Amino acid sequence: MWTWFYKLASPPYVFGVAAALTPWFAALAALAIGYGTVAGLVFAPPDYQQGDAFRIIYVHAPAAWLSLFAYTTMAVAGGIGLIWRIKMGHAVAAATAPIGASFTLLALVTGSLWGRPMWGTYWAWDPRLTSELILLFLYVGVMSLRPAFEDPARGDRAAALLSIVGVVNVPIIHYSVLWWNSLHQGATVAKIGKPAMPGSMLWPLLSMLLGFMLFYGAVLCIRVRGEVLNRERQATWVREAVKS
Amino acid sequence: MMSAFWSMGGYARYVWPCFGFAGAVLIWNLWSACGYLAAARMRAVRALAMGAGENV
Repeated sequence: MWTWFYKLASPPYVFGVAAALTPWFAALAALAIGYGTVAGLVFAPPDYQQGDAFRIIYVHAPAAWLSLFAYTTMAVAGGIGLIWRIKMGHAVAAATAPIGASFTLLALVTGSLWGRPMWGTYWAWDPRLTSELILLFLYVGVMSLRPAFEDPARGDRAAALLSIVGVVNVPIIHYSVLWWNSLHQGATVAKIGKPAMPGSMLWPLLSMLLGFMLFYGAVLCIRVRGEVLNRERQATWVREAVKS
Repeated sequence: MMSAFWSMGGYARYVWPCFGFAGAVLIWNLWSACGYLAAARMRAVRALAMGAGENV
Protein backbone atom coordinates (compact mmCIF):
# COMPACT_ATOMS: atom_id res chain seq x y z
CA MET A 1 0.00 0.00 0.00
CA TRP A 2 2.83 2.36 0.85
CA THR A 3 4.96 1.36 -2.16
CA TRP A 4 4.06 4.52 -4.10
CA PHE A 5 5.04 6.63 -1.09
CA TYR A 6 8.43 4.97 -0.74
CA LYS A 7 8.99 5.32 -4.49
CA LEU A 8 8.73 9.08 -4.00
CA ALA A 9 11.80 8.85 -1.78
CA SER A 10 13.88 7.71 -4.74
CA PRO A 11 15.62 10.65 -6.51
CA PRO A 12 15.88 8.94 -9.94
CA TYR A 13 12.18 8.02 -9.77
CA VAL A 14 11.16 11.57 -8.84
CA PHE A 15 13.46 12.98 -11.54
CA GLY A 16 11.92 10.69 -14.19
CA VAL A 17 8.32 11.32 -13.15
CA ALA A 18 8.89 15.10 -13.12
CA ALA A 19 10.46 14.97 -16.60
CA ALA A 20 7.54 12.91 -17.97
CA LEU A 21 4.85 15.13 -16.45
CA THR A 22 6.28 18.51 -17.45
CA PRO A 23 5.14 18.65 -21.12
CA TRP A 24 1.64 17.42 -20.23
CA PHE A 25 1.20 19.99 -17.48
CA ALA A 26 2.62 22.75 -19.70
CA ALA A 27 0.42 21.95 -22.72
CA LEU A 28 -2.77 21.65 -20.66
CA ALA A 29 -1.91 24.85 -18.75
CA ALA A 30 -1.45 26.75 -22.03
CA LEU A 31 -4.87 25.54 -23.23
CA ALA A 32 -6.68 26.35 -19.98
CA ILE A 33 -5.03 29.76 -19.50
CA GLY A 34 -5.54 30.62 -23.20
CA TYR A 35 -9.26 29.79 -23.05
CA GLY A 36 -9.71 31.50 -19.66
CA THR A 37 -8.00 34.70 -20.80
CA VAL A 38 -9.97 35.04 -24.04
CA ALA A 39 -13.29 34.05 -22.47
CA GLY A 40 -12.69 36.27 -19.43
CA LEU A 41 -11.61 39.33 -21.36
CA VAL A 42 -13.83 39.05 -24.45
CA PHE A 43 -16.89 36.88 -23.86
CA ALA A 44 -17.75 37.30 -20.17
CA PRO A 45 -20.24 40.15 -19.63
CA PRO A 46 -19.25 43.13 -17.44
CA ASP A 47 -20.35 42.92 -13.81
CA TYR A 48 -23.45 44.97 -13.01
CA GLN A 49 -21.69 46.76 -10.14
CA GLN A 50 -17.95 46.58 -10.91
CA GLY A 51 -18.16 46.92 -14.68
CA ASP A 52 -15.13 45.65 -16.58
CA ALA A 53 -12.87 46.04 -13.53
CA PHE A 54 -14.25 42.71 -12.29
CA ARG A 55 -12.16 40.99 -15.04
CA ILE A 56 -9.15 41.41 -12.76
CA ILE A 57 -10.61 38.46 -10.82
CA TYR A 58 -9.45 36.16 -13.66
CA VAL A 59 -5.83 36.63 -12.63
CA HIS A 60 -6.26 37.73 -9.01
CA ALA A 61 -8.34 34.82 -7.67
CA PRO A 62 -6.25 32.03 -9.28
CA ALA A 63 -3.03 33.70 -8.07
CA ALA A 64 -4.38 34.06 -4.52
CA TRP A 65 -5.63 30.47 -4.49
CA LEU A 66 -2.31 29.21 -5.80
CA SER A 67 -0.40 31.21 -3.18
CA LEU A 68 -2.22 29.23 -0.46
CA PHE A 69 -1.97 25.90 -2.28
CA ALA A 70 1.78 26.29 -2.90
CA TYR A 71 2.39 27.20 0.76
CA THR A 72 0.43 24.18 1.97
CA THR A 73 2.38 21.99 -0.47
CA MET A 74 5.64 23.45 0.82
CA ALA A 75 4.67 22.79 4.46
CA VAL A 76 3.48 19.22 3.75
CA ALA A 77 6.61 18.43 1.70
CA GLY A 78 8.80 19.95 4.42
CA GLY A 79 6.93 17.91 7.03
CA ILE A 80 7.51 14.71 5.04
CA GLY A 81 11.21 15.58 4.83
CA LEU A 82 11.33 16.32 8.54
CA ILE A 83 9.31 13.37 9.87
CA TRP A 84 10.28 10.58 7.46
CA ARG A 85 13.69 12.07 6.61
CA ILE A 86 12.86 11.84 2.92
CA LYS A 87 15.25 14.15 1.06
CA MET A 88 12.83 14.54 -1.84
CA GLY A 89 10.37 16.19 0.52
CA HIS A 90 12.87 18.98 1.15
CA ALA A 91 13.62 19.16 -2.59
CA VAL A 92 9.92 19.70 -3.40
CA ALA A 93 9.62 22.25 -0.58
CA ALA A 94 12.65 24.18 -1.88
CA ALA A 95 11.32 24.06 -5.44
CA THR A 96 7.85 25.29 -4.55
CA ALA A 97 8.91 28.36 -2.49
CA PRO A 98 9.87 30.79 -5.30
CA ILE A 99 6.80 29.82 -7.35
CA GLY A 100 4.48 30.40 -4.40
CA ALA A 101 6.18 33.70 -3.54
CA SER A 102 5.78 35.01 -7.09
CA PHE A 103 2.06 34.14 -7.15
CA THR A 104 1.57 35.74 -3.72
CA LEU A 105 3.13 38.91 -5.11
CA LEU A 106 0.85 38.66 -8.15
CA ALA A 107 -2.21 38.29 -5.91
CA LEU A 108 -1.16 41.36 -3.87
CA VAL A 109 -0.42 43.54 -6.92
CA THR A 110 -3.59 42.60 -8.81
CA GLY A 111 -5.67 42.96 -5.63
CA SER A 112 -4.18 46.39 -5.12
CA LEU A 113 -4.97 47.42 -8.72
CA TRP A 114 -8.54 46.17 -8.25
CA GLY A 115 -8.86 47.95 -4.89
CA ARG A 116 -8.08 51.41 -6.29
CA PRO A 117 -11.25 51.78 -8.43
CA MET A 118 -13.46 49.69 -6.09
CA TRP A 119 -12.36 50.80 -2.62
CA GLY A 120 -10.70 54.09 -3.55
CA THR A 121 -7.30 52.94 -2.28
CA TYR A 122 -4.46 50.71 -3.44
CA TRP A 123 -3.90 49.34 0.05
CA ALA A 124 -5.75 48.99 3.34
CA TRP A 125 -4.64 47.16 6.49
CA ASP A 126 -7.53 44.80 5.98
CA PRO A 127 -7.31 41.28 7.57
CA ARG A 128 -7.27 39.50 4.17
CA LEU A 129 -4.66 41.82 2.66
CA THR A 130 -2.47 41.87 5.76
CA SER A 131 -2.50 38.08 6.19
CA GLU A 132 -1.65 37.65 2.48
CA LEU A 133 1.27 40.08 2.93
CA ILE A 134 2.44 37.98 5.91
CA LEU A 135 2.31 34.95 3.60
CA LEU A 136 4.71 36.72 1.23
CA PHE A 137 7.05 37.44 4.17
CA LEU A 138 6.84 33.78 5.21
CA TYR A 139 7.84 32.68 1.70
CA VAL A 140 10.76 35.13 1.71
CA GLY A 141 11.75 33.90 5.19
CA VAL A 142 11.71 30.24 4.13
CA MET A 143 13.73 31.02 0.98
CA SER A 144 16.28 33.04 2.96
CA LEU A 145 16.58 30.54 5.82
CA ARG A 146 17.48 27.50 3.70
CA PRO A 147 20.83 28.79 2.35
CA ALA A 148 21.67 30.55 5.63
CA PHE A 149 23.18 27.33 7.05
CA GLU A 150 26.51 25.88 5.98
CA ASP A 151 25.11 22.39 6.37
CA PRO A 152 22.32 21.99 3.73
CA ALA A 153 20.54 19.36 5.85
CA ARG A 154 20.21 21.84 8.74
CA GLY A 155 18.98 24.49 6.30
CA ASP A 156 16.33 22.07 5.02
CA ARG A 157 15.17 21.26 8.55
CA ALA A 158 15.01 24.92 9.61
CA ALA A 159 13.07 25.90 6.46
CA ALA A 160 10.68 22.97 6.97
CA LEU A 161 10.06 24.02 10.59
CA LEU A 162 9.35 27.62 9.60
CA SER A 163 6.99 26.57 6.80
CA ILE A 164 5.11 24.21 9.17
CA VAL A 165 4.77 26.94 11.81
CA GLY A 166 3.68 29.43 9.13
CA VAL A 167 0.98 27.15 7.74
CA VAL A 168 -1.29 28.43 10.52
CA ASN A 169 -1.57 31.58 8.37
CA VAL A 170 -3.33 29.66 5.56
CA PRO A 171 -6.70 29.17 7.31
CA ILE A 172 -6.37 32.69 8.73
CA ILE A 173 -6.16 34.07 5.17
CA HIS A 174 -9.04 31.91 3.98
CA TYR A 175 -11.41 32.68 6.85
CA SER A 176 -10.29 36.26 7.54
CA VAL A 177 -13.29 37.63 5.63
CA LEU A 178 -15.62 35.69 7.96
CA TRP A 179 -13.77 36.14 11.25
CA TRP A 180 -13.24 39.91 11.04
CA ASN A 181 -14.90 42.91 9.46
CA SER A 182 -13.24 43.02 6.08
CA LEU A 183 -13.36 45.23 3.02
CA HIS A 184 -12.62 42.14 0.97
CA GLN A 185 -15.59 40.34 -0.52
CA GLY A 186 -16.49 36.86 0.74
CA ALA A 187 -16.36 33.57 -1.14
CA THR A 188 -17.69 33.77 -4.68
CA VAL A 189 -16.89 30.39 -6.21
CA ALA A 190 -16.58 28.08 -3.19
CA LYS A 191 -19.95 29.02 -1.76
CA ILE A 192 -22.00 26.23 -0.24
CA GLY A 193 -25.06 25.79 -2.41
CA LYS A 194 -24.29 27.58 -5.61
CA PRO A 195 -21.60 30.04 -6.71
CA ALA A 196 -22.56 33.73 -6.78
CA MET A 197 -21.66 33.97 -10.48
CA PRO A 198 -23.39 33.08 -13.72
CA GLY A 199 -21.78 30.40 -15.90
CA SER A 200 -20.53 32.92 -18.49
CA MET A 201 -18.34 34.47 -15.78
CA LEU A 202 -17.65 31.31 -13.78
CA TRP A 203 -16.29 28.99 -16.50
CA PRO A 204 -13.42 31.30 -17.54
CA LEU A 205 -12.53 31.66 -13.84
CA LEU A 206 -12.52 27.89 -13.29
CA SER A 207 -10.44 27.48 -16.44
CA MET A 208 -7.91 30.03 -15.16
CA LEU A 209 -7.81 28.30 -11.76
CA LEU A 210 -7.11 24.98 -13.46
CA GLY A 211 -4.60 26.58 -15.83
CA PHE A 212 -2.66 28.22 -12.99
CA MET A 213 -2.60 24.90 -11.09
CA LEU A 214 -1.30 23.05 -14.15
CA PHE A 215 1.25 25.79 -14.77
CA TYR A 216 2.38 25.44 -11.16
CA GLY A 217 2.70 21.69 -11.74
CA ALA A 218 4.84 22.22 -14.85
CA VAL A 219 7.17 24.77 -13.23
CA LEU A 220 7.38 22.70 -10.04
CA CYS A 221 8.45 19.63 -12.07
CA ILE A 222 11.20 21.64 -13.79
CA ARG A 223 12.43 23.10 -10.50
CA VAL A 224 12.28 19.72 -8.72
CA ARG A 225 14.51 18.25 -11.43
CA GLY A 226 17.00 21.06 -10.80
CA GLU A 227 16.83 20.49 -7.04
CA VAL A 228 17.35 16.73 -7.43
CA LEU A 229 20.39 17.30 -9.68
CA ASN A 230 21.84 19.81 -7.23
CA ARG A 231 21.44 17.40 -4.32
CA GLU A 232 22.47 14.19 -6.10
CA ARG A 233 25.17 15.38 -8.45
CA GLN A 234 27.65 12.81 -7.14
CA ALA A 235 25.26 9.88 -7.65
CA THR A 236 25.90 7.41 -10.45
CA TRP A 237 22.40 7.61 -11.93
CA VAL A 238 22.96 11.35 -12.58
CA ARG A 239 25.50 10.44 -15.30
CA GLU A 240 22.71 8.95 -17.43
CA ALA A 241 20.23 11.67 -16.48
CA VAL A 242 22.41 14.59 -17.60
CA LYS A 243 23.20 12.90 -20.90
CA SER A 244 19.53 12.89 -21.95
CA MET B 1 -15.82 48.07 -31.06
CA MET B 2 -12.09 47.49 -30.62
CA SER B 3 -11.57 50.77 -28.76
CA ALA B 4 -14.41 49.83 -26.38
CA PHE B 5 -12.61 46.54 -25.71
CA TRP B 6 -9.27 48.22 -25.03
CA SER B 7 -10.83 50.91 -22.83
CA MET B 8 -12.43 48.22 -20.59
CA GLY B 9 -15.30 50.52 -19.67
CA GLY B 10 -12.89 53.13 -18.32
CA TYR B 11 -10.91 50.63 -16.20
CA ALA B 12 -8.16 49.98 -18.77
CA ARG B 13 -5.40 51.39 -16.55
CA TYR B 14 -6.25 48.81 -13.87
CA VAL B 15 -7.25 45.76 -15.96
CA TRP B 16 -4.40 45.70 -18.49
CA PRO B 17 -1.54 46.14 -15.99
CA CYS B 18 -3.02 43.19 -14.04
CA PHE B 19 -2.98 40.91 -17.06
CA GLY B 20 0.43 42.27 -18.11
CA PHE B 21 1.91 41.59 -14.67
CA ALA B 22 0.32 38.12 -14.63
CA GLY B 23 1.94 37.38 -18.01
CA ALA B 24 5.27 38.63 -16.69
CA VAL B 25 5.00 36.40 -13.59
CA LEU B 26 4.19 33.34 -15.72
CA ILE B 27 7.09 34.04 -18.10
CA TRP B 28 9.50 34.75 -15.21
CA ASN B 29 8.54 31.46 -13.54
CA LEU B 30 9.20 29.46 -16.70
CA TRP B 31 12.42 31.32 -17.49
CA SER B 32 13.85 31.04 -13.98
CA ALA B 33 12.88 27.36 -13.61
CA CYS B 34 14.50 26.46 -16.95
CA GLY B 35 17.59 28.51 -16.00
CA TYR B 36 17.76 26.77 -12.62
CA LEU B 37 17.56 23.32 -14.26
CA ALA B 38 20.19 24.24 -16.87
CA ALA B 39 22.56 25.52 -14.16
CA ALA B 40 22.01 22.39 -12.05
CA ARG B 41 22.65 20.19 -15.10
CA MET B 42 25.89 22.07 -15.82
CA ARG B 43 27.05 21.72 -12.19
CA ALA B 44 26.27 17.98 -12.32
CA VAL B 45 28.21 17.56 -15.57
CA ARG B 46 31.16 19.45 -14.05
CA ALA B 47 31.03 17.34 -10.88
CA LEU B 48 30.94 14.14 -12.92
CA ALA B 49 33.85 15.32 -15.09
CA MET B 50 35.90 16.12 -11.98
CA GLY B 51 35.01 12.71 -10.51
CA ALA B 52 36.11 10.99 -13.72
CA GLY B 53 39.38 12.96 -13.66
CA GLU B 54 40.08 11.83 -10.10
CA ASN B 55 39.46 8.20 -11.06
CA VAL B 56 42.02 8.24 -13.91
